[in-house]
Formats: sequence, structure tokens, C-alpha cells
Amino acid sequence: MTRHYSALSVLKEGLNGQKGWAQAWRSPSLADRYDVVIIGGGGQGLATAYYLAKTHGVKRIAVIERGWLGGGNTGRNTTAIRSNYYYPESTELYDLSLRLYETLGKELNYNIMLSQRGMMQIVSSPAEMEMAARQVNAMQVNGVEAELLSRAEVQRRVPIYNYAPDARYPVYGAIYQARAGVARHDAVAWGYARAADSLGVDILQQCEVQGFIVEAGRCVGVQTSKGEIRAERVGMVVAGSSGVMAEKAGFRLPITSYTLQACVSEPVKPIFDTVLVSPMTGTYVSQSDKGEMVIGGGLDRVPSYGQRGNLPQLETVLSGLLEMFPIFRQLRLLRQWGGTVDVTPDSSPIFGESPLPGLFINGGWGTGGFKAIPAGGTLFAHILATGGHHPISRPFDLNRFRTGHLLDEAAGAGIAH
Amino acid sequence: MQLFTCPFCGPRPETEFHFGGDADNDRPGAEASDASWTDYLFFRHNRKGPAREIWMHLSCREAFLMERDTVTHTVTATLALGGEA
Ligand SMILES: Cc1cc2nc3c(=O)[nH]c(=O)nc-3n(C[C@H](O)[C@H](O)[C@H](O)COP(=O)(O)OP(=O)(O)OC[C@H]3O[C@@H](n4cnc5c(N)ncnc54)[C@H](O)[C@@H]3O)c2cc1C
Ligand SMILES: [Zn+2]
Repeated sequence: MTRHYSALSVLKEGLNGQKGWAQAWRSPSLADRYDVVIIGGGGQGLATAYYLAKTHGVKRIAVIERGWLGGGNTGRNTTAIRSNYYYPESTELYDLSLRLYETLGKELNYNIMLSQRGMMQIVSSPAEMEMAARQVNAMQVNGVEAELLSRAEVQRRVPIYNYAPDARYPVYGAIYQARAGVARHDAVAWGYARAADSLGVDILQQCEVQGFIVEAGRCVGVQTSKGEIRAERVGMVVAGSSGVMAEKAGFRLPITSYTLQACVSEPVKPIFDTVLVSPMTGTYVSQSDKGEMVIGGGLDRVPSYGQRGNLPQLETVLSGLLEMFPIFRQLRLLRQWGGTVDVTPDSSPIFGESPLPGLFINGGWGTGGFKAIPAGGTLFAHILATGGHHPISRPFDLNRFRTGHLLDEAAGAGIAH
Repeated sequence: MQLFTCPFCGPRPETEFHFGGDADNDRPGAEASDASWTDYLFFRHNRKGPAREIWMHLSCREAFLMERDTVTHTVTATLALGGEA
């Protein structure tokens, strides 16, 4: 069976009628006891399992997913990857992630189609231009490369933007991060799943965690639709379902679940080669390898578990798009969808032991946790293996809401995705 | 576009309303512990399915109680807040 992916193996299997490919991962039956059980087979959960096995040598690990791998937000996201944050704590986290992404395809032997095409954040007034300079300076001080582009530079790189003299949001310049870009979302989930499986991790799909086994005030396992499983430590990585899981465990979280929606146009010839966001319209866009314009914006304003977007927000996003790119007026939409995202009061994630000892949480990524999958997995694996924080995850502990050390990135760096 | 019914103005488009948080999240007294104050400020039920929430109708600036299903988005009741709320 061919397991390694390479040009040579593609050639060999091509000649062989594609009959010799090994399954990417097994569908094992669950054991009744593990060292670590991870709830949620999205990118964050699968990456956690991989690093637990790879970096920490943990032997018995299970990932339990109620649907299919990546079927939550990971497979619904618009895949913008960047580390242009404001606070040093966020930069440590998101730039670690970007650096890991840069070598991830090789590490996993899986083409995640990382494309570092840069990300541009349009600036629309002289006052904002000063704030943009402050943002760029903050990034540089934090050790992340960033540029402040002039209007002429933006115009040279993105000639199809709206530069009309009467534009509602004129272009004064842009914040630019050249290492930012996009990757293939499914490939990130599948790549981690395949690599974790080959290190012996049991990945079970179509299995729902329905409750926790608590003994002497400590979480010692989970009840699933396929029976009880015991574990030394349990990690919940369930994004929009964090509130539901927390209620079963007997506590609340500083998380509200909202719908974030996105849409793609019909495919067109290559016309746009970066990722661009306008904080004024709230709309952001990139062009997929297939040629579709991938379009997203802010949250629906109604808290929801509905996994579908509402029309007013779609209208806001699309009118923003047409304001930014009048040339897209003729484009037809192909698909529109929504995911349930886990929003925290300071737009930063939550890591650490939950109020129920033995149960650990990785969540609160809201609209921006795809870019953080490699780092989130690395840090959460550290937490689950050692029971304590990694220096980079510590500021994101739940206790920041009590001590007041919030990391308000919505205020610090503007739009999150 | 969904219509929400303001108890004072009647059915209006959802874009005129602002989500205010969990109902029954009562402000603790001045002597509250750190833990209960934190809980009040930041922690939420975030219920899937039937939920009781405070909303504001931005046009008339009145806050009210809405009972709603967070999966289907069906609104079952909107009520004026009584008493000191
Ligand atoms: C439209 C949209 C656009 C986005 N755009 C971007 C972007 O451009 N850049 C970016 O960085 N981020 C973006 N995000 C956010 C990003 O998708 C998420 O933050 C990230 O995917 C979170 O990964 P996760 O593994 O934590 O969650 P998920 O991928 O949602 O995985 C959680 C998993 O837990 C499972 N689960 C839940 N309950 C249970 C249970 N009881 N038992 C078993 N399994 C359970 C779910 O089925 C799900 O598969 C976007 C999100 C959306 C919806
Ligand atoms: Zn009203």
C-alpha cells in the first residue's frame, strides 16, 4: 500500500490504476480507556492530537467527532491566515501559527496549498492612516514584518479597487502583511488527521459526546453515543458548541455563539492576487484557486446556533463588496453558508483547565481560529500533556476575565478573521 | 429579513434591534465577590434552543424580554420588562 505522497508515488499509482493508495486514516472502534480524549474533530482538535503524539509522545489518544472531520467551522471558513495583531501576547500566538503553517505541508506530507499572497487592510481617512502607522509600528516592535502602503502602491497592486474621486470610502493607503495568505481548509484538517492516525491516534467520527463522567469532583471521562470512555484528561475543542458542552459539565463560559457567514461567486479568470479587507465596509475577499471570489464580513447580529446566515448581513457584506470593487457587479453568487462561531468579550481565545478539574478547554476562537490551528494545537497539546500552561497560552487563561487582563483585539487590531 | 415584535412599536425588521444579553442576569450587590462579579459581567448561558434574552429596539430605545429559539430563530414571546428593570 502506498502511504507517502510524492510525485513518484502519484506516478506509480497512476500507472497502477490508483489501486494501491492506503486509507488516509482508520475508522477504529474505541477503546474504553485513553490517556487523553479530545472532543471535536475540527482543525484545532486534530492538531492537538497530532502534537500530543508527536511532541509529547502520549500513546493513547482519541479524537471524538459527532459529524465528519472539519465539518464545523474549519470546513466553512474563508481561510485567511495572518499575524497582524496588536498586542504582544496575540502576536506570539498568531505568529507562531503562521511560522508553523509555513512548513506544515512538508511536516504532514500533505499539500495544504498555503499561498502567501499577502493581506491588505485598506485605510480610508487621514486619521485612520495615523492609526494604521501605529498598528504597523506595533507589529514591527513585536517582531512581525508589516508595511504601510501608500495609495499609489495599493493602486499598483490592486488596480480593480474603487479609486473614484467620489468613492464612499476613499483609499489613503493600506496596512500590508506580505507573509499572510490563504490555505486549503479541508487539507489542514485532513493532513493533521492522517498524520495523527499514523502516530496511532484513534479518530472516531459520527460519535457524539453527550456528557461527562465526574468522580470526586473531577472529570474522568465522557459519555458518548457509543458508550463510556475514560481518560486521564479530557480536552473540549468544540467551537460554537462550547456553551452546550459547558452546561453539561456544570459551568458557564464567557462565550456567545453567533453565525458567521460567507459566500463565493462563480469562478472567473485570475483577477485578484491578494487578500483584502476594508474595515469601513467590513467586507473581505480573496480569489480561490478555482477562480471563485471568496467573500466574508462581520457576524450576524443575532446570536444563533443555526449554521446559516441571515439576509441583512449578507446584504451588508455584498454592498460593501460592490462599493470596494464596482467591477464585481456582474458576478453571480454560487454558494452561501454559515458556521456557528464562539465569540468572547475580548475577541481572544480561551485556553486552560476549565472550572471542572480534569476537563480542559481550547475555544473562543470566534471568527479567526483557522489561522491559529497549528499554534492552538501545539499549545493545547502542551496543556493536556503537562496539566499546566505554555508561556504563550497563559495570558489566554479563563482567569483573565476575573483579573481584568483582557486582550481586546477587536479594539486593538480591528476586524478579526 | 426576520420581523421581531417590539412590545411598544409592533413588528419591525430585525436590523432595528440590538442583542443585550441573557435575561435573568441580575446585577449583584456592591459587596459581591470577584467571582460573582466576573460571572455577571462576562459569563453567559449561551443556550442552544429555547432562550430568554434582553433585546433593545434601537428605534424607540426600549429594552424588553424576548423568548426565542436560537436554532430555528422562532420567536415565541416578546414582553415589556416589569418593575425596576
Ligand atoms: C464563515 C466563516 C469564515 C471564517 N473565516 C476565517 C478566516 O478567514 N480565518 C480564520 O483564521 N478563521 C476563520 N473562521 C474561524 C475558523 O473557522 C474557526 O475559528 C476554526 O475553524 C475553529 O476550529 P475548531 O477546530 O476549534 O472548530 P470546528 O472546526 O468548528 O470544530 C469543532 C468540532 O466539534 C464538533 N463537536 C461539537 N460538539 C460535539 C460533541 N458533543 N461531540 C463530538 N463532537 C462535537 C463539531 O462537529 C466540530 O466538527 C471563519 C469561520 C466561519 C464560520
Ligand atoms: Zn420599539
